Amino acid sequence: MPFYVSPEQQMRDKADYARSRIARESRTCVVLQYAGGILMVTPNRSTALHKISELYDRIAFAASGRYNEFEALRKAGVTYADITGYQYDRRDVTARGLANWYAQTLGTIFTDSNKPYEVEIVVAEVAATPDNDQIYRITFDGSVSDEPGFVAFGGQADHVSTALKERFHDGMSLTEALGAALAALAAPPAQGSSSAGNGAQTDLSASQLEVAILDRARAHRTFRRLHGPRLEELLTQSRSGTSDSGGSSSGASGSGGSGSGASGSGSGSGAPAPGTTPGDSSASSGTSGTSGTSGTSAPSDEPPTGPSPGGGDGIPRPPLR
Amino acid sequence: MAARIPSFTHFLSTYAPDLLPSLGAQPLPAGGGDVIKDLPHATTIVAAVCERGVVLAGDRRATAGNLISKRDVEKVFRSDEFSATAIAGVASVGLEFARLFQVELEHYEKMEGRSLSLEGKANRLAKMVRDNLVPAMQGLAVVPLFAGYDEETGVGRIFSYDVAGGPYEEHRFHSIGSGSVFAKSSLKKLYHDDMSTNDVVLACVQALYDAADDDSATGGPDPTRQIFPVVTTITDDGFRRLPDAESAQFAQQVLDSRMRSPDGPSAPLRSAS
Repeated sequence: MPFYVSPEQQMRDKADYARSRIARESRTCVVLQYAGGILMVTPNRSTALHKISELYDRIAFAASGRYNEFEALRKAGVTYADITGYQYDRRDVTARGLANWYAQTLGTIFTDSNKPYEVEIVVAEVAATPDNDQIYRITFDGSVSDEPGFVAFGGQADHVSTALKERFHDGMSLTEALGAALAALAAPPAQGSSSAGNGAQTDLSASQLEVAILDRARAHRTFRRLHGPRLEELLTQSRSGTSDSGGSSSGASGSGGSGSGASGSGSGSGAPAPGTTPGDSSASSGTSGTSGTSGTSAPSDEPPTGPSPGGGDGIPRPPLR
Repeated sequence: MAARIPSFTHFLSTYAPDLLPSLGAQPLPAGGGDVIKDLPHATTIVAAVCERGVVLAGDRRATAGNLISKRDVEKVFRSDEFSATAIAGVASVGLEFARLFQVELEHYEKMEGRSLSLEGKANRLAKMVRDNLVPAMQGLAVVPLFAGYDEETGVGRIFSYDVAGGPYEEHRFHSIGSGSVFAKSSLKKLYHDDMSTNDVVLACVQALYDAADDDSATGGPDPTRQIFPVVTTITDDGFRRLPDAESAQFAQQVLDSRMRSPDGPSAPLRSAS
């Protein structure tokens, strides 16, 4: 047990620890804009232990990493949001405020405690128009970055992010966005990586996925989970819609189908640290509001008017009776 | 390690008690009674069970002493997707109550990943009313009427309260507030089981008209200013506040019929057996 460890060494050790744990033990989560709101997708076999949840009326929380740690952060965020909204007005709860709060909290934990949190979180807020949507990514050391349009984080985030970048464009429909997200999650790892690090999610079925949206057209609380028959229907539609790109990518990575859960540990040490992109940590608190997305919205994108019986995601729901 | 109860008010009472509406047991200064007496009071609320749900409606008047303090006040509030609260009593306290209760339900839902049962919601509201007992005895009394759709049994249910809490489950229909005596009598004659939702809405608007007819603190429909009762339905489709245009139609229907018979529809003297 050494008596003195230099601060540089200490910080580096903590960062390396958190980074490698997140890369090895977690699955990638994808958050992206579509015309009618914001879509969040992650592989998750559990239907009860969520990685994606509601924080407030128009704000969602997505996390990757250790469940007990991000669950504590989620609950604290809900409390922060509820107190702020109760004290002032519901509109005064913003993703920026929450992201800053999370950044402060994670930054303090990173510096003050021996073990940093092994989490990466995203706070997303849906606005009346796609231009004003906000997606913030906060890493284990409290770095916060503004991610216009889309973000992939946790697990093998770098190559999922690359794959998503190719497929993402403004004003996608929900099925297109879901297709892009699934294709990106199923994308094969970069050349040189020995195994399919992200579990080779070639054909994720509805039961293996956690999918939720922030529905722009919905009044009150915009967060909705998509599961069961509705998700299956959406998956079928998105697969048939993007059969060309989705088919090729899933075919390429189809060999490593064994990976599930926290797999790919063999490749973890050699893999580049996916938790942080170059310049990510230096860009901390640089939350410039320059949203790169333009306001090209699909015709189905209606402004929020009131409770939307159809759900507002453009999918007609069968009548309840 | 103390467990954190997923209750917002409970958390607030330890974290920031000053944010809670209860004024505590502080005695009011001399002369405070007059101030409190002249605070705006919300008046009549009616609720009635309908097909697969419940209708909750309120008039729009707030009364301060013998003056009308507001003509277009809202006293029916969405609590969550499947329940609503309406208030009678000191309006300002009631507004804060409704807001806090809404956060309370939502907070539990987000913390626990499930909604409270309807009884759970009703019990929680009872505790909040009970916490307000001391201010209530000082004159800041407010009493809610809680209505919701029970997702487990698939029916609408109504819960009433007194200043010391509750809840008391009411069957078929109920009314609270200054005009409640008249509204309840009216509903007693107009309401029958198996009415369609629209008919129940109409019965509620009729009852509010009857309350306004005999109680000076209750406001009737105001066609000159286009102010009509707030009507909400909580059914298996969720909470819905009728748009003003729709509420106006029901009110107009009642007004038209009252032009012909001012006392409204009459019930048959002998029940058909």
